[in-house]
Amino acid sequence: MLSKRVIPCLDVHNGRTVKGINFVDLIDAGDPVEQARLYNDLGADEICFLDISATNEGRKTLFNIVSKVAESCFIPLTVGGGIKENPDINNLLKSGADKVSINSAAVFRPNLIKEASDSFGCQCIVLAIDAYKDYNNFKSGYNVSTHGGKKKTDIDALEWAIQGEKYGAGEILLTSMNADGTKLGYDIELTCKISSEVSIPVIASGGAGKPMDMVNVLKKGKASAVLAASIFHFGVYSIENVKKEMLKYNIPVRETW
Amino acid sequence: MFILIIDYGSGNIKSVYNSVKKTLKNFQKSFELKVSRDISDINKADKIILPGVGSFDQCMNRIRKINDLVETLKYQVITKKKHFLGICVGMQILADYGYENQKTKGLSWINGDVKPLKNSTHNSKDLKIPHMGWNNLIIYKYNYLLDDITQNDQFYFVHSFFFDIKHNKNIICNTKHGINIPAIVNQDNIFGFQFHPEKSGRSGLKILYNWLKLS
Repeated sequence: MLSKRVIPCLDVHNGRTVKGINFVDLIDAGDPVEQARLYNDLGADEICFLDISATNEGRKTLFNIVSKVAESCFIPLTVGGGIKENPDINNLLKSGADKVSINSAAVFRPNLIKEASDSFGCQCIVLAIDAYKDYNNFKSGYNVSTHGGKKKTDIDALEWAIQGEKYGAGEILLTSMNADGTKLGYDIELTCKISSEVSIPVIASGGAGKPMDMVNVLKKGKASAVLAASIFHFGVYSIENVKKEMLKYNIPVRETW
Repeated sequence: MFILIIDYGSGNIKSVYNSVKKTLKNFQKSFELKVSRDISDINKADKIILPGVGSFDQCMNRIRKINDLVETLKYQVITKKKHFLGICVGMQILADYGYENQKTKGLSWINGDVKPLKNSTHNSKDLKIPHMGWNNLIIYKYNYLLDDITQNDQFYFVHSFFFDIKHNKNIICNTKHGINIPAIVNQDNIFGFQFHPEKSGRSGLKILYNWLKLS
C-alpha cells in the first residue's frame, strides 16, 4: 500500500536554511547539506529545497548544495524557487534534483508547465500553489498569490490546480499562506477541496505545529504527503514522532526506525 | 568486474551512478563503474544498467537514434547472457509495445505491453496518478535479489504507466496501487525494476547490492 509521505522542507537563502514566520522574518536555521543528511537518516521520505535567494550567486550555491546532498542521500529531492524556463529545470535535474517545483513563473506563463512536462516528464514537475483565503471574490474561497506570497492574482486556486493538472503537472505542492508559520495546523478545507478535484497527488504545506496536524490533513484533507519546516528544524518533533502518530490512526507510513 | 550505466540522454543518471558507487564500497573486490553510450563499452561490460526517466516513446526513440545500440545490447544480453538491469522506463521498454503518447515498439525482451494506470484502475480521484511515493513489494517468487528484503521494505515509485506482463513467470514481485503492478520482472539474466532503487534509501541500496552480487 502506498505510504503517505513526510517531507521536511529547507528554505535556503544564500546557502543557509531559514524559516520565516508568514514569509517575512528570517531566522537562521543551519547548514542545508548537513540537515538534509540528518533528515535522510531520520526517515524523511523526500526532501524539499526552496531557494529563496534572489541573486544568481545564491542560485549557484543551491546547485552545489543539491549536488552534495544527492551524493549521500538516496531519497527523492525536490527543488523550487525562481524557476522560469526549461534550462533552469535542466540545470537542477543535472545537479541531482529529481523534481522541480514551479510557482510564480507558471502563473504568468502556464505553458511553462506543459513545456517542462513534455521535456522532462510529468513525474518531475511539481506545481506549487500559494493560496490565500478570499471567500468574497473567489468561487473556491481561495486565490493564488505569487512571489512568495507578496503579490495576489485574480486566479482561483482550485481552478488553477485543475488547469495545472491538464497542463501536465505531476503533483501539487499546496501552501496555505494564511496557515503558514502559525503552527496552528494545516488548512484542511483548502487541501480537501483541491485534492478532491485533481487526480494528481497533493502535498499539504503551511501550518504544521504538531504530529496530529499531519494526521488531520492526511485524513480529512485527503493529502498524499505533508510538508513541514520549522517543527523539524528546531527539534520540536522528529519525523519518527510524526510517523508514529500517523500509524496510530492507521495511516500507511514507511517505517524507518 | 566492469559495470556500465548506459547514458542515452534520459533522466537523472547521476543518482543511479552515486547509488551504485556507494553500493560497490561494500564489496571486497574492485569494480570499474562507467557511464557511457559507447558500443565498445557495452561489449566490454560485465553488467549493464539501463536507467530511464520520461516517456516510453521518448526513451525508445533516443535509444534507436544511437547507432547499433539496440543490436549490440541484444547480442550482449540475449545471446551472451550478460546481467542486465532496467530501471523504471528502462524496465518498461523491455516490453513488446508501449502506449505512452503513441503506440511505440519496445525491445520485446519480456512479453507484455506498457499501459496507462488510469484506464486500468477505477476512476476515482482518491487513487492518485502518478503512482508516486513509497510502496512495499508483494513477493511472488523467491529470487536471490530479495536476500534480506521483506514485505516491510519500501521502494520509491513514480510512474503513470505499468508493465502489463503477459506471462506470470516473468513476475517476481508486484506492488499494489489500485491494481497489482509488476515491480520486479525477470527473464533469465534480465531484470527490471519499476521503482527507483537509487531513490529508495537503504532498501534500494540493499537490492542494488543483491543485483551486483549476482554472478
